[in-house]
Amino acid sequence: MPAAPARPPAPDRTADARLDAGQLRLSGDWTLGNACDVASALDRVKGPVRGIDAGGVDALDSLGVLRILHFAKQKGLENQAITFQADHQPLVDAIEDVVDERPSARKDYGLHAALGRLGFAVVNNAKEVVALVSFLGENLWKLWGIVRHPSRLRLVSVVHHMEQVGLDAVPLVALLTFLVGAVVAFLGANVLQDFGATQYVVELVSISFLREFAVLLTAIVLAGRTASAFTAQIGAMVSGEEVDAMRTLGLDPVEVLVIPRVIALLVMLPLLTFLAMLAGLLGGMAVAAFSLDIPPQAYYARMEQTMEVRHFLVGMSKAPVFAMVIALIGCLEGLQVEGTAQSVGERTTSSVVQAISLVIVLDAIAAMWFMYMGW
Amino acid sequence: MDPRDDTTTDDAIIQVRGLVNRFGEQIVHEDLDLDVRRGEIQGIVGGSGTGKSVLMRAILGLRAPDAGTIQVLGHDPQSGRASDRIAIERNTGVLFQDGALFSSLTVSENVQVPLKEHHDLPDRLREELALLKVKLAGLPADAAAKLPSQLSGGMRKRAGLARALALDPPLLFLDEPTAGLDPIGAAAFDDLIRTLQEALGLTVFLVTHDLDTLYAICDRVAVLADRKVLINAPLQEVEAFDHPWVQEYFHGPRARAAQDTARRQPPAKD
Repeated sequence: MPAAPARPPAPDRTADARLDAGQLRLSGDWTLGNACDVASALDRVKGPVRGIDAGGVDALDSLGVLRILHFAKQKGLENQAITFQADHQPLVDAIEDVVDERPSARKDYGLHAALGRLGFAVVNNAKEVVALVSFLGENLWKLWGIVRHPSRLRLVSVVHHMEQVGLDAVPLVALLTFLVGAVVAFLGANVLQDFGATQYVVELVSISFLREFAVLLTAIVLAGRTASAFTAQIGAMVSGEEVDAMRTLGLDPVEVLVIPRVIALLVMLPLLTFLAMLAGLLGGMAVAAFSLDIPPQAYYARMEQTMEVRHFLVGMSKAPVFAMVIALIGCLEGLQVEGTAQSVGERTTSSVVQAISLVIVLDAIAAMWFMYMGW
Repeated sequence: MDPRDDTTTDDAIIQVRGLVNRFGEQIVHEDLDLDVRRGEIQGIVGGSGTGKSVLMRAILGLRAPDAGTIQVLGHDPQSGRASDRIAIERNTGVLFQDGALFSSLTVSENVQVPLKEHHDLPDRLREELALLKVKLAGLPADAAAKLPSQLSGGMRKRAGLARALALDPPLLFLDEPTAGLDPIGAAAFDDLIRTLQEALGLTVFLVTHDLDTLYAICDRVAVLADRKVLINAPLQEVEAFDHPWVQEYFHGPRARAAQDTARRQPPAKD
């Protein structure tokens, strides 16, 4: 197959404009590729112009026509004062029909716009809070409905999500909490050594993990891992109109999509928290054994003496709350997706940010409350 | 079967020879030949799964065929040379089925993307040119500042067409341009394509299912079936072609309705 070009390559012609007794004669290529030439050719024209003759133009495209028409308007010429080749006339006619105004004003980037954005952000955040609270209410109401009619529960879906959010996260949660447990033991031992109280590392690790770290770390991992997955899954369904299809088929999206995820997380987050407690304590024990010269038997014995069950209960009591927060935010953001791929991305980011910050804020409030209660 | 292809001329703007496309075991095209003539609206029809879109993607270089040669405007999309790629990119415009607009950019910015990529223009001029294309595609000026998600399906197609026209390409690819439009919108879109084709001197490669579009604007129709181009000829000849699919397609009840419409309003052909 010979590679003979079906069209001769465009020769390097320039755009030219020559003023001849008030008549502007154009020649050359008045095309997009020649945009600079076109501009400079028209800029060079000095003196009064009574008519434009574009009959000598070799190639013309919409940029050329646009430029010529604008130039004519500047010079106060009527469109009749311009002559084009017969070949180019249809193009000119098509463009004459639509060319009139200039593009409207650009975006405003000033103080005004900044204030406006601030205002919108405040209002949107307020709406988000209201939406979350009402979504919580809706879910509690529907959960109550399922308690009364257990046959409405979608068990297969629940188990599927339990596997995804719980079982699949086991290695990650265990590894992370093991490492954090080791770090806490190590740092604590460094400080406590100066007071000759190295063995207090055991209390440090066990109390901090049972009360705070296990549940907090698990919740943060799941907020990043699961809230984003929920938002993306449901968001993709919303943008594919699957959720609308469900509604028309008489299925309640909250019951079909949200409730199974909420239940799965309500079950799995406490279990993962328990696992995280074990892994954290093991991390502390490992550091104690390998670098603090506390043998595991001694560590275990001290733990048995000093550990109180209330710490465990305080930690565990927060797990379902965090589970609810993560599941609800993930699903609500997913349901708020608006059609486009970009919207799915924005909502996913927003759900992770919201879930993590709300988990930490709630944890701080809970810590103060439990302290005042003396639990 | 001998394809009755009377278009083997030097004036072919697209030339496909011996094209083979395979998806695993499934053979979509086998030894397919096609020529598209300059300045014509070339319709491509075929049943579902006959590889109309695959053919278009192969011609555009979006899919590497398993065998065969393709020449677009004298360039080979498969050569891997940057010069061939750029020449094809600059000289073709593509309207994908659903517009394929970049959802994070406004319509005007969408149209400016190819202008920015390929030409160094002052911002102001680029905006003016984009607005011109938006209006040429039949959209109101205020649509230029909108995001694709704020437009209806028909308007998104027009916006996609505006972007396809951004570089004034001599060759335009349209994938099912009227699918999903109401009949009035579809007829208006047909008119628009015909008008633009005449005004800008375009060659149009039009993949379609829409019989009305075929009768209203196509100069020549290629039928894809049995893994090749059965016939590539003006409609009257295609209608008379003896092949079960062609007969069913062009003589079914829907085709008769489209023929009637076309006869009552003869297309604005030159």
